[in-house]
Order: sequence, then structure tokens, then C-alpha cells
Amino acid sequence: MKKLLLLSLMLQTCLVYAADTEFNLVIREHRFEPAELIVPTGKKIKLLIENKDSTPEEFESYALAREKVIPGNSTATLYIGPLKPGRYPFFGEFHESTAKGVVIAQ
Amino acid sequence: MLGSAIIVFRETLEAALIIGIIAAATRGVAGRNHWMIAGIVMGLAGSAAVAAAAGSIVGMASGFGQELFNAGVLGIAILMLAWHNIWMSAHGKELGNRARETGREISDGKRECSVLFAIIALAVLREGSETVLFLYGIATAGGESAYTMFIGGLLGLIGGIAVGLALYVGLLRIPLRWFFGVTSLLVLLLAAGMASQAARLLVQADLLPSLAAPLWDTSNFLPPDSIIGTLLHSLVGYDARPSGMQMLFYAVVLVSISIGMKLTSKPQRSF
Repeated sequence: MKKLLLLSLMLQTCLVYAADTEFNLVIREHRFEPAELIVPTGKKIKLLIENKDSTPEEFESYALAREKVIPGNSTATLYIGPLKPGRYPFFGEFHESTAKGVVIAQ
Repeated sequence: MLGSAIIVFRETLEAALIIGIIAAATRGVAGRNHWMIAGIVMGLAGSAAVAAAAGSIVGMASGFGQELFNAGVLGIAILMLAWHNIWMSAHGKELGNRARETGREISDGKRECSVLFAIIALAVLREGSETVLFLYGIATAGGESAYTMFIGGLLGLIGGIAVGLALYVGLLRIPLRWFFGVTSLLVLLLAAGMASQAARLLVQADLLPSLAAPLWDTSNFLPPDSIIGTLLHSLVGYDARPSGMQMLFYAVVLVSISIGMKLTSKPQRSF
């Protein structure tokens, strides 16, 4: 499991420098992984959110002004930013008690 | 239970407020109630269909089907609201008189009814599909909490409808002299707010540039998740951190409909 996490982390750092600055979030058991997503400032970011649960979720963030429904077992894409340095909380509206996270722009 | 009540309440509220305003604004239009109910039923049927197709909609248009679909729904709703307001500015007086004298046919009344039907169906469709998805999620997850969460959802639905009804009743108390002015203004702001929402979706899908984002930040002063923030968001399109593109859309729709209303409100015909 640890190795897998490390691998996905390495993959993520590789993807950072792809044409569109891409980042991934995974929803599993109504939680976001990672719960803290660190992104660069001043760049438009393509965010891929994969919902591994069978139930739908709604990604919502007042700080980012974003809202998108992600059906069960599917991936949704959306753009955020360019962001100023700071913390931008988000949550899964359908499971707000567990599905919480924050985008940290630095 | 409370959690699901709040979610469904939030989703229902916007549609309920729109229906409340439109119901008040079309007071005196013959056959209005039938068309409104038909609109709600149609909207619910559409919601179920959209929820069922959510998986494929998400994948459409290289992952931005949802944004395009919702922006399209908003776009049509804006056109309908614009048509309604421009029509009203020509016929408002007539309807006011009609509240007392019955049995007079209003020219174009039929078309206004189909516009009313479309506005309501679209409002229910947009908010309804998310509610259906949420409730479906609960139902399929099963477990003993599913039942109480479902009841919570129902309570949220009732709460949303109650607020819409309260707005409707409140609006009807406005003296006839100002009534059409007030409802026209509300419809105008509703349309502008929808335009801002559509712009936000298109920026989210990277189909439009954000122009400056955010243009300002009032989230400390009036949080968007507060009760007043939520109400203002639904009614006048309040956004704590709007992008420049949202403001542009808002202004263009506001100005265009106002000009349309000005042009038609000049008394050309007498009834």
C-alpha cells in the first residue's frame, strides 16, 4: 500500500509538468484522497476527480467557485484557478461529514 | 437525517423560489395553474431521465457534458424569462385589469403559458436531477440509515416548497400598482443571475476565459453558504467570488432585457 502511494505520488509529480497542469483526486468511501492537494499558484489547473464509490458525489467549493456532480465509478474533469496563494476548502456535498478536503496553492 | 434534509432543501430552494416568482408574475393569466403543474411534472420526469443518463452526460463533450448541458438549460431559461418580461411590460396593465373583469381573452396568452411551462420545467429539471441522484445514491447504498435519510430528504423538499410558497404569498400582498414592477424586476435579476451561473460553468469547463478571477471577494462579509447568501444567490445571482466573465454575462443580460422592456412598454395600443 505504501509503495502504491509512493508510486502515485511520483506519477503525480510527473504529471504536474504535462501540457495542462493536471492534478488527481480520488473519492473512496466518501473521502477525498489526498485530502490536501498542493498546487502551484498563478496557473490554470486541470483537476481530474475519480469517484471509486458506487454512489454519486458532488464536488463543491465555495472558495474555488466550483460545483460538479460525479456519478458513481466515473471520473469528472474540471478546471480551477489560476489561484493566488492560499487555502481553498472543498467538500463532497452528498457526504459532507466525511468528504472534505482543501486545495493549497503555494 | 438532518444532513439529507439540508441537501435536498438547498437543491429544492432555487427551483421553489423561481416557481414562486413566476407564479406571482403570471397572476391573472388564464389556465396558468394547469401549465404550472404540467411544468413541474415535466421537470421531474426530465430530472429522472437526466439522473439516469448522468454517467454518459459526464463523459460527453470530452468530459464537459454536464457543464454544457446545464449552461444550455440556463440559456434557454434566460431566453424564456426575457420573453416573459418583455411580454409582461406590454400586457401587465391588461392583466391588472383582468384581475377584476373576467372572461377577457388576452392576445398571446397561450404563448405566455407555454413560456411559463418551459421556465418551470427547466427550473425543476436543473435542480431536480441532482436531488434524484442524491436520493438514488442513498437508496442503493441501503443500510438502516437509508430510510431515515430518505425521510430527511422529504422534509427538505417540503421545506424548500414552503419557502417558495411563502415568497409567492408575500408577493401577492404587494399592491397592484407596484406589483408588475416588482415581479418584473425579480424576473430580470433571476435571468441575470442565471447568466452568471452559466458563465461560471463555461469557465469551469475552460470553454471561456475567466477574465479576472475572482473579481472581488466578499466571502467574509457575506458567506455564500449562509442563509442570506444562499437566498441572494438564488434570487439575484449573488456570488462571493465572481469572475470577470460572470459579471460580463450578468451585465449583458440585465441590460438587454431592460432595453427590450423599455421598447415594448411604450403604450401603442389601448385595450
